[in-house]
Amino acid sequence: MTANALHPVVAEARAREAELRTRYPAVFTASLGHRVKVVGTLAAFAALLLFGLVQLEFSLPKMLFGLGKLAEFLWRMIPPSTGSWAKFLIYLHALAETVAIAFLGVMAAALLAFPFGFLAAKNVIPNAIVHFLSRRFLDTIRGVDELIWALIWVSVVGLGPFAGVLALVTANFGTFGKLFSEAVEAADRKAVEGVASVGGSRLDGMRFGLLPQILPVIGSQVLYYFESNTRSATIIGIVGAGGIGLHLAEQIRVLEYQHVSALILMILLTVVAIDLVSTRLRHALIGDSASRR
Amino acid sequence: MASAVPRLPDQQLEPLARAYRQAVGAKRRQLILGLVLFGCATVLAGVVADVDLSKFITNLWRFSDYIGRIFILDNGPAAGRTVLADPAEWMWGLDKWLKLLAETLLIAYVGTVLGAMAGFILCFFSAENLTPNRWLRGAAKRFLEFCRTVPEIVFALIFVVSFGLGPVPGVLAIAIHTTGALGKLFAEVVENIDMKPVDGLTATGATWGQTVRFAVVPQVLSNFVSYALLRFEVNVRGAAVMGFVGAGGIGQDLIEAIRKFYYPDVSAILVLIILTVMIIDLGTERVRHALIGMENRP
Repeated sequence: MTANALHPVVAEARAREAELRTRYPAVFTASLGHRVKVVGTLAAFAALLLFGLVQLEFSLPKMLFGLGKLAEFLWRMIPPSTGSWAKFLIYLHALAETVAIAFLGVMAAALLAFPFGFLAAKNVIPNAIVHFLSRRFLDTIRGVDELIWALIWVSVVGLGPFAGVLALVTANFGTFGKLFSEAVEAADRKAVEGVASVGGSRLDGMRFGLLPQILPVIGSQVLYYFESNTRSATIIGIVGAGGIGLHLAEQIRVLEYQHVSALILMILLTVVAIDLVSTRLRHALIGDSASRR
Repeated sequence: MASAVPRLPDQQLEPLARAYRQAVGAKRRQLILGLVLFGCATVLAGVVADVDLSKFITNLWRFSDYIGRIFILDNGPAAGRTVLADPAEWMWGLDKWLKLLAETLLIAYVGTVLGAMAGFILCFFSAENLTPNRWLRGAAKRFLEFCRTVPEIVFALIFVVSFGLGPVPGVLAIAIHTTGALGKLFAEVVENIDMKPVDGLTATGATWGQTVRFAVVPQVLSNFVSYALLRFEVNVRGAAVMGFVGAGGIGQDLIEAIRKFYYPDVSAILVLIILTVMIIDLGTERVRHALIGMENRP
């Protein structure tokens, strides 16, 4: 349809535009106060952005120079190569280490956080002080980045993947505690009441009323975190806590471009593979309740 | 009292009971198989990751010792006492650290804004209902995926090599990661919009750009802002460790304090970071709730 052949309704609206304007002024011109507010907010955000760019030493020549170097970096990355088979095997081992760190970190954290999920849930422990303290405790642990935890654990058990495992356990513990307690709080009380009504004890109520409801939720969260931790476990090697991050940081520093791209490719492939497997497992675990949620 | 449920004769019950036993048995076998596999994976992972429980137990005191030590002053007149005995000595570098924290916040802000702008543009191209061209959509989606799968510290490392040390690589790394993360979330919001305004505008002969501007953006804006605020929160945490690889902010001082065993400095910087993150959490939560409230306005 060309611009000339307007729909009759539009044509009529165009023809009566003046009349419509006088009848519905609010539609055509937003109120001045609203305009000022919107423009003012946008201007403030933009000003802060500009201030930030200046303050953080962004400058056109610097960006152009950096982009040039980046292009060179990217150009030299092709084709990805590890140089020799021996190197490839070393990287492969480091990658296995990373996956192992993520796996152990998530599983151990889930086990540790499981009791905390009940402790921090309002409907299980109604005591406000216990609830508040356990929540803040979990918040504080979560507030410290896993890289920082990795550094701290390195100074405790020494360099190596074990420190990485401990770092992920600590960081995930904080997250899981919160997520699990939310799952417990969201559980339907009716099932527990049902178990109690047929003469089940409090423990029976938890085992047969509460647990079947929260286990699939918890399971799918744990799987999801395994996935996302594989991504983040790739970097804790930067501070010496094992895995492929060490090699990645090293190869970037010594400007072995082809090794860098090979390593990134290996990480991406691993993450994609774990994505696929864990998505399948998750769907199997939640079953059709996934569509109900 | 006799049961109101009629009881089937045994020969009719028998196949049902057998089927039940079989189903339960199959489920149990599956569970055991799963547990065995899981156990094997755990042991294997333990071997690969050099897990040494005896080392852990013999060294555990060092962890509690470490946590204890970072709260003990090692300098000044109150040396050897807890940090609260002399807060001024504990926070001796407050001016410097606050400046670095401000830089960290600025890195997070600029990175979030740049990333959100890129994500805003890309999300319309990766939404199924707005971009029918499969190739264009696929390219946009894959690009966003790449941006969020590579950890931001890796981008920071690469950018440090090309742009030099300082906050610039940190900002760029956060911007790229934010583009990937927000682009995906934005696209999902766009895919859930009401298509009637879009059809209406298309019927009046509006261009693609006009349709997006007047039919899509008003529907999705408050959701976008809420996601961007959430991302800002995440990015503040991310920016706090950017200094680990030389990409600006407070991370530089923190890693130095940890590496050089300046124990009280570690706790001082950590406390400042945690407080900042908490304040940002609370602030953005308020704004988000206000925004969601606006949506319900008539």
